[in-house]
Amino acid sequence: MTAVTNQTISQPLDRVDGPAKVTGRARYSAEIPLPGTVHAVLVGAVVPSGRTNTIQTGEAEQVPGVLAVLTHANLPKIAAQPRLFPSLFGHAAVGETFFPMQDDVVHYAGQPVAMVVADTLERAQHAAGLVHVSYHTAPSTTTLEQGRDRAYEPGRIFGGLLPGRMERGDPDSGLAKAPVHIDRTYRFAANHHNPIEPSSTTAVWEDDRLTLYDSTQGITATRLTVAELMGLPSSNVRVLTHYVGGGFGAKAMIWPHVALTAIAARYVGRPVKLALTREQMFSSCGHREEQEQHAVLGAGNEGRVTTLRHHKLSATSPFDDWAEPSLNVAAQAYSYPNYQGSYRLVRTNTMTPTFTRGPGEASGMFALESAMDELAYELGLDPIELRLRNHADADPLTGNPWSSKGLRECYQRGAERFGWRERNPAARSQRDGHWLIGSGTATAGYPVPAFPGLQPQRARARLYADGSAVLQAGTQEFGTGVATAMTQVAADGLGVPLDRVRFDYGDTELPNTAPAVGSAGSGMVSSAVHSAATSLRDQLVAQAVAQAVADSESPLHAADPSTVVVGDGRMMLRDRPETGETYSELLQRNGVEDAEALGSWQPTGMDTGYALTTFGAQFAEVAVDSDLGLVRVRRMVGAFAPGRVLNPKTARSQLMGGMLWGMSQALPEGTQMDSRMGRWANASLGEYLVPVNADAPEVDVEFVEVREDVANPLGVKGVGEIGQIGAAAAIANAVFHATGHRVRELPIRIEHLLRSA
Amino acid sequence: MADRARLRGPEPVTVELSINHRTRILEIEPRTSLLDALREQLDLTGSKKGCDQGTCGACTVWVDGRRVLACLTLAITCEGREITTIEGFSDGRRMNAMQRSFIKHDAFQCGYCTPGQVMSAVALLDEGHASSDAEIAE
Repeated sequence: MTAVTNQTISQPLDRVDGPAKVTGRARYSAEIPLPGTVHAVLVGAVVPSGRTNTIQTGEAEQVPGVLAVLTHANLPKIAAQPRLFPSLFGHAAVGETFFPMQDDVVHYAGQPVAMVVADTLERAQHAAGLVHVSYHTAPSTTTLEQGRDRAYEPGRIFGGLLPGRMERGDPDSGLAKAPVHIDRTYRFAANHHNPIEPSSTTAVWEDDRLTLYDSTQGITATRLTVAELMGLPSSNVRVLTHYVGGGFGAKAMIWPHVALTAIAARYVGRPVKLALTREQMFSSCGHREEQEQHAVLGAGNEGRVTTLRHHKLSATSPFDDWAEPSLNVAAQAYSYPNYQGSYRLVRTNTMTPTFTRGPGEASGMFALESAMDELAYELGLDPIELRLRNHADADPLTGNPWSSKGLRECYQRGAERFGWRERNPAARSQRDGHWLIGSGTATAGYPVPAFPGLQPQRARARLYADGSAVLQAGTQEFGTGVATAMTQVAADGLGVPLDRVRFDYGDTELPNTAPAVGSAGSGMVSSAVHSAATSLRDQLVAQAVAQAVADSESPLHAADPSTVVVGDGRMMLRDRPETGETYSELLQRNGVEDAEALGSWQPTGMDTGYALTTFGAQFAEVAVDSDLGLVRVRRMVGAFAPGRVLNPKTARSQLMGGMLWGMSQALPEGTQMDSRMGRWANASLGEYLVPVNADAPEVDVEFVEVREDVANPLGVKGVGEIGQIGAAAAIANAVFHATGHRVRELPIRIEHLLRSA
Repeated sequence: MADRARLRGPEPVTVELSINHRTRILEIEPRTSLLDALREQLDLTGSKKGCDQGTCGACTVWVDGRRVLACLTLAITCEGREITTIEGFSDGRRMNAMQRSFIKHDAFQCGYCTPGQVMSAVALLDEGHASSDAEIAE
């Protein structure tokens, strides 16, 4: 095999899209200038349950510039309702199996009941306010508390992919025999993603062909979903997204507003742009569901945990059995032989919940890692020592070895950087003036996406006779750094300088890759890009050494390809680098303008004989105001073992962002339901609090190197979620260490701590 | 200025704005925000809409050299003033020191709020409020 001498992978290179982003040249989906574009504004239901009675549209229709007022009475019907299936699998992927404005039923507040299209945004907004809707309101359930008595156990959750109940060993007898128990319930407020770019769609029809500029984490999912909803051939729908202003799961599934925009554009015969308002973002793209988790640990006196019972109760919509998969990593985090997990659901008048960063594991590992901390105090053991005593040397679910792990090193390196050993283990033992100081730790874990049924990943590589190259893959960039990392993968695979490679993405006309969800992006796309780039390299080397064709002028004529190396766009003999020529010279001498190769990679299934999970360790130091109960995170340290790191600069930003998400989950974030109105009470960035730069503590990210040979060709395990997992537990554990008060509810609020002050 | 505005509209009126030292003539309703005028009328989409309620700062521009939230500012009230947007910072591909620093330190990911942050950060330095991390956080 031909080797490559230049190496840009693992270099901390600046983002390739940095200049476009800092100068404002980067165009997000609502910013594509298209002549004749008109504006759509949605009108949402103000009641959570019932039917619309009358929808008076006359006044709105009289507003100058209004082109259409659409309701269930005149909106063309959808052709079919796709099923709910995680977009990672590459099929149509609706976020909920309910499409609004098909009839007069209202399932949740904020559900679209009318849509106004006008020539300017101001007129559309004004007219939307003049659509008068009256309702027959029915009783509603919008919180777990209201529906607890009607909870049910679903057969399967998560698009039918996961069972509602799992068990191994003998949990009953395991708990009966264990001398030490931790039996606790943890509660979680609902969360909304709040990407800073509100979702937007611009739809343009040309005859029966539809182009969508959509802020989506999965262009192919958007294409297939909208095609199915509208009864169009998939080939007639093109989706573009070059810049996405954050996603975090809000843009991972395809929500009704996308197809509604397409329907409106066909109705008025003009390009239509719809940008959701910030308030609409709270009832248009799903959320992390309100939930509680009951965790029971059974352990021996020496700290060996023999049993975990982990039951989750959560809110879903009236029509889908959705629960974020909170139990997976907790079930395999430690070596307990006995385990039982179950999901129970309560139907509520909300939209279907959805993926939210760290889906499932962010809440599940909060429960487990809080319970582990309680057990450590119960037994008088150091929290890290307790975790080491329960370290799973193999996957407890299957008995399979880990493809790579590195968790012990994460504890060790994280503890060193944090200064964990200097800590006084007693709770409420450290003070700094009126601040109580505490520190906490937690394990992080997130699955590497390896499932049967994933689609092949594809990319195309093309090299021109002038030596410049373009790599193409239909992926999406919403800040992960994938465009930068793929430019590096392409440069190394081809053996050309980084500045001669451009990476093209964000268009369904390009070779298809997976959506950017579930920490899958860099592993999946790099495999396809690497395959395409190395295929093209090998093709060009084969041409250079070929004996059959009459290119005897080639300096590498008749050489053994395995003795050829490539670097800086030049092929040469490994032992005699002066013998060789550039790709350009080869192509130009043969009068060929370009060379091209396709690459494809079939993602890893579950039959590898290995368990694929990414691990890490979180540490946090907090200060709690002893009078007021205010919690301030002073610093965070995270050590992670994500396999190959393609670009440490962008990967560090991903992990740091994840850790701050964990801090946000622990302290400010929570969507509060007003159950009297059946509406989210704090649907704005003024009242739904997320940390800003001024709130961010010192965040220290440590990479622990592990060799990963199973997940994919470059050994990439992904950094999208792992930074968040366990961070909230580390903070809650630090709050206990500071105050002696255990908070088992997120977000942690001042009132939880007032009595500890 | 306020008196003139009150006498105009509610139908679209001619508004003359100076943006990045260029005069731009617009036909807009007086209720049009500066942000929507920039984004929807002038194709100056570097100023971003994150909340449209003055809470996120992604729309930060300068009016007469002072930071304002373009989503809470009516375009018509900016007549006779000099508006600076992120597009006014660089002609083509040249970048100022703040922009280069953002790239060097990877101070953004999706980049959607970055233009507003750059506008704010440059003004913060000019205002003399950046002597320490604590002062910047304030």
